Amino acid sequence: MSSDVVDSNRRRFLTAGTLVVGSVGVAAAAVPFIESWNPSARARTAGAPVQADISKMQPGQQLIVNWRGKPVWVVRRDKKALATLPKVDDDLRDPDSKESIQPSYANNEWRSRKPEYLVVVGICTHLGCSPTYVPEISADFEGGFICPCHGSKFDYAGRVYQGVPAPTNLTIPPYYFVSEGVVLIGEDGAAT
Amino acid sequence: MSEKQTGPGFLGWIDARFPLTKMFEEHLSKYYAPRNFNFWYFFGSLALVVLVIQIVTGIFLTMHYKPDGEMAFDSVEYIMRDVDWGWLIRYLHSTGASAFFIVVYLHMFRALIYGSYQKPRELIWLFGMFIFLALMAEAFMGYLLPWGQMSYWGAQVIISLFGAIPWVGDSLTLWIRGDFVVSDATLNRFFALHVVAVPLVLLMLVVMHVIALHEVGSNNPDGVEIKKNKDANGIPLDGIPFHPYYTVKDILGVVVFLILFSAVVFFMPDMGGYFLEHANFVPADQLKTPPHIAPVWYFTPFYAILRAIPNKLFGVIAMFSSIALLFLLPWIDRGKVKSVRYRSLGFKMLLVMLVISFIGLGYLGALPVDDTRKFFARVFSIGYFGFFLGLWWISKNETTKPVPERVR
Repeated sequence: MSSDVVDSNRRRFLTAGTLVVGSVGVAAAAVPFIESWNPSARARTAGAPVQADISKMQPGQQLIVNWRGKPVWVVRRDKKALATLPKVDDDLRDPDSKESIQPSYANNEWRSRKPEYLVVVGICTHLGCSPTYVPEISADFEGGFICPCHGSKFDYAGRVYQGVPAPTNLTIPPYYFVSEGVVLIGEDGAAT
Repeated sequence: MSEKQTGPGFLGWIDARFPLTKMFEEHLSKYYAPRNFNFWYFFGSLALVVLVIQIVTGIFLTMHYKPDGEMAFDSVEYIMRDVDWGWLIRYLHSTGASAFFIVVYLHMFRALIYGSYQKPRELIWLFGMFIFLALMAEAFMGYLLPWGQMSYWGAQVIISLFGAIPWVGDSLTLWIRGDFVVSDATLNRFFALHVVAVPLVLLMLVVMHVIALHEVGSNNPDGVEIKKNKDANGIPLDGIPFHPYYTVKDILGVVVFLILFSAVVFFMPDMGGYFLEHANFVPADQLKTPPHIAPVWYFTPFYAILRAIPNKLFGVIAMFSSIALLFLLPWIDRGKVKSVRYRSLGFKMLLVMLVISFIGLGYLGALPVDDTRKFFARVFSIGYFGFFLGLWWISKNETTKPVPERVR
């Protein structure tokens, strides 16, 4: 059986069919390549909690701990530093930390388990630089952290000021005090 | 099958099998370019020269470099100190990166003043813009490879830009980094993209850019179409063969360029911290951001726009749109007259405003922020975006001077 007449409907159906099946195949083949960019199993398991010895910290001192490759700060705040917190409320973008990330036990005016010790991820919520600790309380600045990259300012509880690019307060990681002088970063610990 | 008509000898043998003579004639000896090219027309061929420098030096650098978080910084120092001529190859490559942007910015400015992006050359402009984009990606990823402090924190900031995208931002940045922070995984994939993927795209785009150019023919400082006036043989009256006329002219440009280029390579390869930033001579430390971080000079104008806006999402949108608007230039400019020589005073003023704003932003983007600088960065940002808005506005009913029939 043969005919010189082209069945254009049939030709169009076959063309469209080939195109659709081919595209699905290409899309499916692309998945492994795209997903190969996800953090590898090794990177995912590297996120173990870390311990820090804070027994020798002096008031006003900052300790930087490496947790999952990120700097986590432990800052021992003295009375003067804690006293600045309520004073700056009106200049902050999110003074009650409603938009920011912290465990429930750090959702208070000091953003910490113990008022004296601030434990916070030292990564600016703007574009990921690590802000600089500015302990001095001056007329211009009530003390806290200033990001060298784009000038975002944070108070002594890691709360962001208004008029700077960072959108939210610094993130508080899960942590608990194993004993009086040791803090474990990366786990919430037993019931609090 | 009939034999093709080709010349005698070896060349004839080739031509019967590969269109060598045909291609040579189409793109060089019988490609007619306007006879009035000036200084601004050096930069296309110079960009090609720099591309070759980057590819050759890049290939040799990969022979000694180690894309590994533990070894990368040391392998660069090894190239600088222990590899014979390693310092020269690396400085040629690092200076070449800056030279590329100087040449490309001037090349783009040429298109701007003579209307080379206008109809019928929109695709040439678009291919060119994609080249610019690929070049920025190439430069950004290449800058991570030495694994210094500036490499590390620069990459951290730029990757975090994608985190500003609502909903998908955080998973997207995680996917790009391949880890919770910029790490060995990031370095390794950036190396693959920098030495294989992006150069392939770049080369392909350059070929498309040149093919599109040779299809419609070059524009010129008068912005008149030379193909409108042809002689009896169909050769434009105002055209001269690219080879030998412009190949010789361009060789002169290359010689002058190489003198300046060598002066930088040999006498001030870091250009006082602008071509190679001082903080990058310190190995990457993921726990400590350097006190002042800034991108390399060719990104500072866009970076200054980002910093000028006190909101993460809008800052990122402004920065990306400052580049996106360039893509739309052929459609933003509704004017019919191409060359600045015959355009209105308004156009000239807009052009001056753009140049001042762009240089101003570039200057501010390299400095730490304070309130005065933030204010000026905002003024210049308005100037930059104002150019596009103003151009769209004035080009609708622009009072232009009469355009000559032929080039002068």
